[in-house]
Amino acid sequence: MKKTRPDLSVRIGLLRLQNPVLTASGTFGYGQEYAGLVDLNRLGGIIVKGLSLQPRPGNMPPRTVETPCGLLNAIGLQNVGVENFIADKLPFLRNLSIPVIVNILGQDIKEYRKLAERLSSVEGIAALEVNISCPNVKAGGVVFGTDYKAAARVTRAVRAAAELPIIVKLSPNVTDIVNIARAVEEAGADAVSLINTLTGMAIDVETRRPKLHNVTGGLSGPAIKPVALRMVWQVAGAVKIPVIGCGGIMTAADALEFLIAGACAVQVGTANFVNPRATMEIISGIEEYLVRHNFKDVKSLVGSLIL
Amino acid sequence: MVRGARSKMDQVTATVLENRFVASSVYRLRIEAPAIARVVRPGQFLMLRVGQTLDPLLRRPFSIHAVHDSRTVDILYRVVGKGTNLLTAIKKGGKLDIVGPLGRGFSWREDLPSLFVAGGMGIAPLFFLAQIITQNGTGAKTSVLIGARNKIELLCVKELKAMGLQVEAATEDGSAGKRGLVTDLLTRKIITSRPVLYTCGPYPMLRAVAHLAREHGLSCQVSLESFMACGLGACLGCVAEMRNGDLVRVCKEGPVFDAYEVAWK
Repeated sequence: MKKTRPDLSVRIGLLRLQNPVLTASGTFGYGQEYAGLVDLNRLGGIIVKGLSLQPRPGNMPPRTVETPCGLLNAIGLQNVGVENFIADKLPFLRNLSIPVIVNILGQDIKEYRKLAERLSSVEGIAALEVNISCPNVKAGGVVFGTDYKAAARVTRAVRAAAELPIIVKLSPNVTDIVNIARAVEEAGADAVSLINTLTGMAIDVETRRPKLHNVTGGLSGPAIKPVALRMVWQVAGAVKIPVIGCGGIMTAADALEFLIAGACAVQVGTANFVNPRATMEIISGIEEYLVRHNFKDVKSLVGSLIL
Repeated sequence: MVRGARSKMDQVTATVLENRFVASSVYRLRIEAPAIARVVRPGQFLMLRVGQTLDPLLRRPFSIHAVHDSRTVDILYRVVGKGTNLLTAIKKGGKLDIVGPLGRGFSWREDLPSLFVAGGMGIAPLFFLAQIITQNGTGAKTSVLIGARNKIELLCVKELKAMGLQVEAATEDGSAGKRGLVTDLLTRKIITSRPVLYTCGPYPMLRAVAHLAREHGLSCQVSLESFMACGLGACLGCVAEMRNGDLVRVCKEGPVFDAYEVAWK
C-alpha cells in the first residue's frame, strides 16, 4: 500500500505556511542573495533582514567573529530602509509563491507604528515580525524586549497600526522570557518567535582588544541551541499563541527538537551561511521523519514531547 | 577593458586532486570543479567548507590562485587557524563542499602595461590574473613586484618567471631579492612607465600602494581581505568603509575595489 505524503503545512494565526521552515531575519538578506542556490518557493516562508524607517549604515567593522560552534555578530541593523525595500526588494519577493515576512525595528514606538502602517499598505507582505530583541543598536530593539511593559506597548502599537499578522521576536537576554511572552500575547501578538541572539563578546588576547568593533555582539549558531530549546519549551507551555522556534538549527534533527518542544514552526539562521541548502535539507528531513514515525502531519508532532 | 564581472555561483562538491605542502605553512590545493573553473574570473573567491564540523563552524573564503583546462582550480592557502589546519588533512580523492565563484574580481587592461604588487599570500589571486593576461598576450609589459618576510615565504617566483613575467622580489630579512618592503621596489622608473596597478597583501602594504598610485595618478585595483560568514552578501559582516562613507560588502561589491574608493585607515 502506498502511503500518502505527510502534510507539512502549519498555521501561524491567519498565516498558512506550506511547511514549518522559515529563514531567520538577517541571515537570508532579502531572499535574492540565495536565489541561485535555494529553491525559494520550497521554503515555508522568508523573513527578510530587519527594516527601519530610514536606511541604517550599521556598525563599523569588524562586525563578525567566529567562536566555538557559534557566530558572534554586531551588524547594527544595516538595512536599506522601508521605502527602498518596497521599491527595490519587494518586487522580487512578490514574485515568489511563499509568504514574505518583514522584520521591523524602530527607535521608538512611533517608528514601529509607522513601519507597520507603511508595510500594511503594500501588496506582497504576509506578516510582520516585530524585532524587540536586537542587541547591537543603542536605541530601540532590545530596550523594548527586556521590559515586559515596554514589550506590550510596542506590540499594542503595531497591532493597532498593522492589518497583518504580527509575530514578536523575543530576546533571550532577560530574567524571565515567559513573562515577556505572556505580556506580548496579551497585547495582541499573533505569535512569538524566539530566540534572538544571546549577547556575548570575544577578546584578542595578543592585542587585548575586543574582536568586535562594537565590543559586544549577539551569539548565534549551534552553541545557543540548548538555551533556545529550553526557552521555546517554557514559552510554548505558557502561551496559547503559536511559538516559532529559532536558535542554532543546523539540521532536520535540530528542527524536530524544536517542534517536539512545542514550536509550530522554526527559523533557520546561521545554518544558511554554513550550508546554503540547509533549509531544503531540513524540509526533506522533517518529511522523512514524519513518514518514518507514522505522523500524518507535522501538527501532530508539535508539542509532542514525552515527559 | 575586461570587466571584473560576477559569474553565476553554485554549490558544488569538488574532488581534491592534490593538497600539497609548498613552503613554510603554505599549501596548494588543487580541486576538480569544472562548473567553477569554466566561469571563474581573476579576483573572485570560493567559500569552502573544510569539514562537517560545528567547530570550526563557518566556511572559509579563499581566492582563486589558478585555473587549468577549464576543469581544475588551485587555491593557495596558509595555515592560520583551526579551519586551515583541518584543510591540510584532506587527501587526494577527498570531497569538498564549495560555494562559488563569488564576488567581483579584477577589471584589467590587456593593452596597457600591468604591474602586480603582491605581499605574502597576496600573490594568490594576482597569479590567476597574471595567468589570464599572459595567456591572452597582447604584448603589453607585465611585471611583478613581490615581497615576503623571507626567502621561504616568497611564493610563485619561478612560475611567474616561467610565464615570461619580469619579477622583482624584496624580503624583510634580505634572504632573497632586495632587503626591505615590496613597496620599496616601486621606483620612479617603474612609475614613469604608467602601469595599471593590481595589488593584494597585508593592509599596510595595500594602503601604501594605494597612496602611491594616487600620488602619481595611476589606476590601481586592490583586493581586500575580510572575515566573512556567508560570502553571499547576506550577513553584512564583511563590510569595508569607502571614501564616500558607505560601508560596502567585501564579498559582493568586492573583494576587488578601485583603490581610490577605499577609505584607508
